[in-house]
Amino acid sequence: MNFYNGGSYDVVVVGAGHAGCEAGLAAARLGLKTLVLTISLESVAMMACNPSIGGTGKGHLVREVDALGGEMGLNIDKTFIQSKMLNTGKGPAVHSLRAQADKLQYHLQMKQTLENQVNLTLKQGDVIDLMVEEGKASGVKTRNGAEYHAKAVILATGVYLKSRIFMGEVNYPGGPDGLATTQELPDNLRSYGCNMRRFKTGTPARIHGDFVDYEKMTEQMGDEENTPFSFMNQALKIDQISCWLTRTTEDTKFIIEENIHRSSMYRGDMESVGPRYCPSIEDKIVRFTDKATHQLFLEPEGVHTKEMYLQGMSSSLPEEVQVAMIRSVTGLEKAEIMRPAYAIEYDCIDPTDLQLSLETKAIENLFSAGQFNGSSGYEEAAAQGLVAGINASMKIKNKDPLILDRSEAYIGVLIDDLVTKGTNEPYRMMTSRAEYRLVLRQDNADLRLTQKGYDFGLVQQERYQRLLVKREEIEQELQRLKKKKVTARELNPILDTIGSSEVDTSLSLYDLLKRPEINYKVIEPLYAESKDLMQDVKSQCEVIIKYDGYIKKQLRQIEQFKKLENKRIPDDVVYERIDSLRTEAKQKLKSIRPHSVGQASRISGVSPADISVLLVYLEQRKRGNKNV
Amino acid sequence: MYREETIAAISTPLGEGGIGIVKISGERALEILNNVFVTKDHHQKVSWEPRKMYYGFIKNPESQEIIDEVLAVYMKAPNTYTKEELVEIHCHGGMVPLRKTLQLVLEQGAGMAEKGEFTKRAFLNGRLDLSQAEAVMDLISAKTDISHEVALGQFEGLLSREVQGIQEIIKDMLAHIEVSIDFSEEDIDEVTMDQLLSKSMDAKKSFQGLLQTAKTGKILREGLVTGILGKTNVGKSSLLNALLRENRAIVTDIPGTTRDVIEEQLNVRGIPLKILDTAGIRETEDAVEKIGVQRSREIFQQADLVIFMIDASKELDREDYDFLHLIKDRRALVVVNKTDLKEAIDLSRIKSIIGDKKLVRISLLKNKGLEALEDALEDMVYEGEGFSKEQPFITNARHQQAISRGLQSLEDGIKALENRMPLDFVEGDFKNAWESLGEVTGDTVSEDILDHIFENFCIGK
Repeated sequence: MNFYNGGSYDVVVVGAGHAGCEAGLAAARLGLKTLVLTISLESVAMMACNPSIGGTGKGHLVREVDALGGEMGLNIDKTFIQSKMLNTGKGPAVHSLRAQADKLQYHLQMKQTLENQVNLTLKQGDVIDLMVEEGKASGVKTRNGAEYHAKAVILATGVYLKSRIFMGEVNYPGGPDGLATTQELPDNLRSYGCNMRRFKTGTPARIHGDFVDYEKMTEQMGDEENTPFSFMNQALKIDQISCWLTRTTEDTKFIIEENIHRSSMYRGDMESVGPRYCPSIEDKIVRFTDKATHQLFLEPEGVHTKEMYLQGMSSSLPEEVQVAMIRSVTGLEKAEIMRPAYAIEYDCIDPTDLQLSLETKAIENLFSAGQFNGSSGYEEAAAQGLVAGINASMKIKNKDPLILDRSEAYIGVLIDDLVTKGTNEPYRMMTSRAEYRLVLRQDNADLRLTQKGYDFGLVQQERYQRLLVKREEIEQELQRLKKKKVTARELNPILDTIGSSEVDTSLSLYDLLKRPEINYKVIEPLYAESKDLMQDVKSQCEVIIKYDGYIKKQLRQIEQFKKLENKRIPDDVVYERIDSLRTEAKQKLKSIRPHSVGQASRISGVSPADISVLLVYLEQRKRGNKNV
Repeated sequence: MYREETIAAISTPLGEGGIGIVKISGERALEILNNVFVTKDHHQKVSWEPRKMYYGFIKNPESQEIIDEVLAVYMKAPNTYTKEELVEIHCHGGMVPLRKTLQLVLEQGAGMAEKGEFTKRAFLNGRLDLSQAEAVMDLISAKTDISHEVALGQFEGLLSREVQGIQEIIKDMLAHIEVSIDFSEEDIDEVTMDQLLSKSMDAKKSFQGLLQTAKTGKILREGLVTGILGKTNVGKSSLLNALLRENRAIVTDIPGTTRDVIEEQLNVRGIPLKILDTAGIRETEDAVEKIGVQRSREIFQQADLVIFMIDASKELDREDYDFLHLIKDRRALVVVNKTDLKEAIDLSRIKSIIGDKKLVRISLLKNKGLEALEDALEDMVYEGEGFSKEQPFITNARHQQAISRGLQSLEDGIKALENRMPLDFVEGDFKNAWESLGEVTGDTVSEDILDHIFENFCIGK
């Protein structure tokens, strides 16, 4: 086939999903000439599965993306139809924001942002091959015969590589929602030395909202006062739309059990690995037989559509069975399926093929992000897209990459987990994956990361100034609270009313706030100064004071952690030549090529003794021993 | 997980010497010293001047027990052997004060130094030259082989299984907590504080049970210090000889089992006994017709196990009866010798004094009753501690330390639960407890808990 020259760019991003959009925007905003290619312009920032952004762990990622200067938080704030802070009954570290999105608006808004972005070109195009010269990526080739030259390429192909749809006995090649799939690219990547794997995921049916009996369901409303995702926004006024809670019935169980042999998964048609945290409904019925019924959420897909997403019912049963199964659910007796549930298999890269910068080890200047890297979820994708976009740009500018460690951000945890440990299922973020969860809160993502975003050039002055002011105000407020003393006489009546134990002497407000039952609302009558303070500053101070002991303990652990993290391993270490390493450790270290001793210590199969040997070796090397 | 903690070890050769040194290296060395060191007047705070010897005592800050009279010196980083903050505590030479001091230092948060670890740090911090690096690496890799064997042995062992039992309880709590955090909207009954509290109390009990075995474990490792007491001519020497004849310990060249001139080591049914003052037993055999009061009291103080012998053919005197009262509260047994002669003692009176302590009737002359004596000894060691032979013992100081730390974290978690702290804070303490146990079993936590969650809870879209 003859290819024509489609033009030269600094960065070409393959895919315009949640990863591709962030990658493209980041590169363009960092001043690089960027091309974003997508298989269909209708699928830019498409929410192929649930119509929501955020949730436990994921909400943290969105706020981090926002703090670093990414787009996801701003985009959902413009297009959400309901918002809820989850886990408010628990500690501040695990409060997690989740918003229901208007799917179509989310897509249009993001597409518009890309279209309006200086330095960014958005085109429809199906990439079938890379251009690789001397082990370096130098561009891409499309099905229509274009060659786009680039200094760096970012693959954010989602589930589109060799994807196959499964619905009972039926299966056929195809991308999500009837979109096309690309067959050639994964084979070409294999030929360049990438290790590819096959994963699976699935999505439930969408049903028509007019045929739902909401009387039989429980309404799930959003928070009265919503919290925006972006640190640039204040609470936003919108008319929220509710979700609905219902349950499957004994009939549902019976229908599934009768037809389980027809499910693609149980037929053995699929050889790939699906995520354990989102099992299909048939999986839940089979594995948890003692559970008679299961809960389901109906989530509206937007303002201008009647489609409702049926959360809890993803399936690979035949369409025919799906109809019966859905109509057996309380309140869905007359349901009409608009899109059936399906499972989808796709090719992705083994993420241990990547460096922490998200550049592939096999091909220089080739970066990748999102589901292609073995993750799952819009938020995980966006986080990686942002990092890949920044780092492709840094590579071109000959600067150090942005690498966040596990104590700095959930993004750090995400990428380190993928790259260092690999994954056997589509990887989803959960707060339990973060060792330093108490410090990595969603409420302080800006305090943790905005400076970094600014240093890398993605955060604009306005956002940066806002951070400096907030930081300063928190510091001043903490000092004020320490100085401001209240007498027992002033205090005790207030303490009495909330059942808090009385005090004998005067007390600083700082010490008072240490009590779990005391918050700013309680001390307000004694503390007129607090009225003008930003809510955000107050809540930061409360957290800092209340959980001081726990946070300090964690900071000490982080200090320990950092020591090994800061011990860098040079790229040219030949592990085979370090005799005292065990063979397994040599192999693992050689294949992962950890960037620090800390990262090396997290590789399975590398023991503490191996780490000691490595430390001694590195020290020897540093002192210039010619023999090593 | 590899860690750079403050480390400590006994850095003088094992065995009896004039003095013994406990060395502490790392950031927290001085802090730990301050926690355990008191000056002569027990109050004065020391402002440690580097490289200067200070006289004082090692004192357990919790029990207030004085462990040893010592000299201590602080050396400031980087001008030390390891180039880290370094502390040396010069104890009296006996193994007991040395070990107790080390134990205390470990309790204060130092990690037990591994073989060659001081040297390794010295190298890493640029103190040793390159030619020594290879040796260090060899040492580390040699250690890996040994600890690999040990780890395998332990994995199949009872201790590991017991520890895993506790880990299971904690893992289950963690999974419940995590699932209620990360999957809060799933229809899973959220675990209540009270459920967690009751489970953590179970875990605490197991922890404490396990830690109690450390004492027995130490006996199994080091020998049960045993005193044979009784009047002259009651048969102490014959008993010693009879026990020795059948059970003389094989003295190995493993450090710490070196034979002591004033001790006899023997091994009764696998229980190592260290008989105190054997010289004394022999020497006093034909002397004055009297219990060597002073010596007896000393032995009585030191011994883990007291064997009190009486002569069946002679009526007991006041001193004997006083002694019977004394042993009531100790790990002790009464041996009535010379049962071949006409009995003159008031057995029922003796039994009423000693209560549930065992009394064994033997005749060393006729070689009778030794079997019963050994039975009794065995029962006392195992049952006295509330354990059977089928139960695990902590025999390794590092394990003991890890398990103690685990208990501490668990207790922190219980306290947090009682103070109604949010679950995610409580979880941190329980996770730490789990991880401390992981140092014994070699497991890591996060994937385990996720596996547990996905196996046991029905979640997902």
